[in-house]
Amino acid sequence: MTALAELSPAARAAASVRGAATTSDAPESLAVEFHDVGRAFPTADGPRTVLRDITLTVEPGEVLAILGASGCGKSTLLRAAGGLDTGNSGEILIGGEPVTTYDPRTAVGFQEPRLMPWRTLHQNVALGLPHGTGRTEGRERVDRLLELVGLDAHAGHRPREVSGGMAQRTSLARALARRPGVLLLDEPFGALDALTRLKMQDLLLDIHARTATTILLVTHDVDEALQLADRILLLGKDPGADPGATARKVLTVPGERPRPRGSAELAALRSELLDGLGVDAHRR
Amino acid sequence: MSTAERTVTPRLPARRARGILGTGAGRAAVGLLVPLLLVALWWAVTEAGVFSPVQLPSPASVVQAGVQLAVDGPLWHHIAISVQRVLIGFAIGGVLGLLVGSVLGLSRWADALLSPLTGAIRAVPSLAWVPLLILWMGIGEDSKITLIAIGAFFPIFTNVYSALKHVDPHLVEAGRAFGYHGLRLLRTVQLPAVIPSVFSGLRLALAQAWLFLVAAELIASSMGLGFLLTDSQNNGRTDRLILAIVLLAVIGKVTDAVLGLVERWAVRRWS
Repeated sequence: MTALAELSPAARAAASVRGAATTSDAPESLAVEFHDVGRAFPTADGPRTVLRDITLTVEPGEVLAILGASGCGKSTLLRAAGGLDTGNSGEILIGGEPVTTYDPRTAVGFQEPRLMPWRTLHQNVALGLPHGTGRTEGRERVDRLLELVGLDAHAGHRPREVSGGMAQRTSLARALARRPGVLLLDEPFGALDALTRLKMQDLLLDIHARTATTILLVTHDVDEALQLADRILLLGKDPGADPGATARKVLTVPGERPRPRGSAELAALRSELLDGLGVDAHRR
Repeated sequence: MSTAERTVTPRLPARRARGILGTGAGRAAVGLLVPLLLVALWWAVTEAGVFSPVQLPSPASVVQAGVQLAVDGPLWHHIAISVQRVLIGFAIGGVLGLLVGSVLGLSRWADALLSPLTGAIRAVPSLAWVPLLILWMGIGEDSKITLIAIGAFFPIFTNVYSALKHVDPHLVEAGRAFGYHGLRLLRTVQLPAVIPSVFSGLRLALAQAWLFLVAAELIASSMGLGFLLTDSQNNGRTDRLILAIVLLAVIGKVTDAVLGLVERWAVRRWS
């Protein structure tokens, strides 16, 4: 960081593109371990099990897509991993240590951008900086992140003055400002139009290539999961078994990213996933 | 990427300027029409001798009464002391309303402990406080300012309290997820989110402060616009009485308009 600061702006930009991001913007990426994780919510008729028996290890730097029908507990699992929800059973470890409440080693990108309307995009990204970040260092990091998500020209705009896609990119930059060991994304592109969503997926791959952070991505979009993930965790209920969703399948997606969106190998996997989601793939 | 997504300017298309209503000055001029018409009507009925001057003096005699009081001096004292009472009471009630509203709006314990009490106190009609305040504090400035502060307290308290309870939980959770809690969360997320409501509370509080001022001055005072009202009534000076009412209307409207400008700025800035 200090060495970078002494370079000219052009050299600095070049350095950050070449991969200085891995030294200054990303701390080491961390593993996430789920051991027998479950979650039940109390209701008037007794506890209702939403998740049960989830055991899985996500390697450092891996992109895991959590796929499932709506209401199956995808977000619940993600929130447990970030310490936003602490009522789960079992054990979740990040980098070998148990998750704490609002765990500082994680950062969350929500489905809605959740930007503070009274702050500019720059100030919103700065919200994500860890407490105690120096003023100059913080400003430089926010500038770099806004450049990374292609919003450096809009740094002074307010959230209501930009499109939904731009707001969501700001939200992503805010999460990255925290230099998370694990990035948790809760259907971050779900509310965007189809074209913007494809662009955001490319951007996310770009970010992952530079920062190599571990990413847990909740989605209900099979193609998105196939495009982005190393592995896909398919959540769902076992018919005839106990109530509550659990890991139906954990699939490894073949091929290096970026993957051709129409390959035959992925098509087979897509059918398998859609089948697992209860959709008859051949009638589509 | 940014070429495909244009910056959206969500500002609504400015309402097409339709003739005279399109400009601020034009609207102000139109807003003066009905008051001027009323004054003309007032002038006409007094000129026609429908009422006796004690029942309804003419506009000219009200203006004359004002000029005479101004030249002799007491008018300025009346206005100055009333404005001073309103501002001090408004400031005290406002600050307390902000503090108590914040505490009850943020702490569930404080809310459970104190909201029945504040609700009950709010239900007490303003005039019911007067005898007690006079008994405790005498008929000096203290009792009047306390009464005005009580009046100004509740609109701000209520607005801040309910606005804090309704801050978008998504924003609060985002703040928490990024490591903000306690005072930092309050300063970064909750307070900025309620600033527009604070300002609309301030406006209501100012109106209340004027209301309570007249209540305080009507009952026991030797100066102020409220005193001018009772004094004129006792002396049969209907012209001065109407003058006092007109002054209360004008000063109240002006202070409200100033605060309204500040409120508009705050809403633009914070939402």
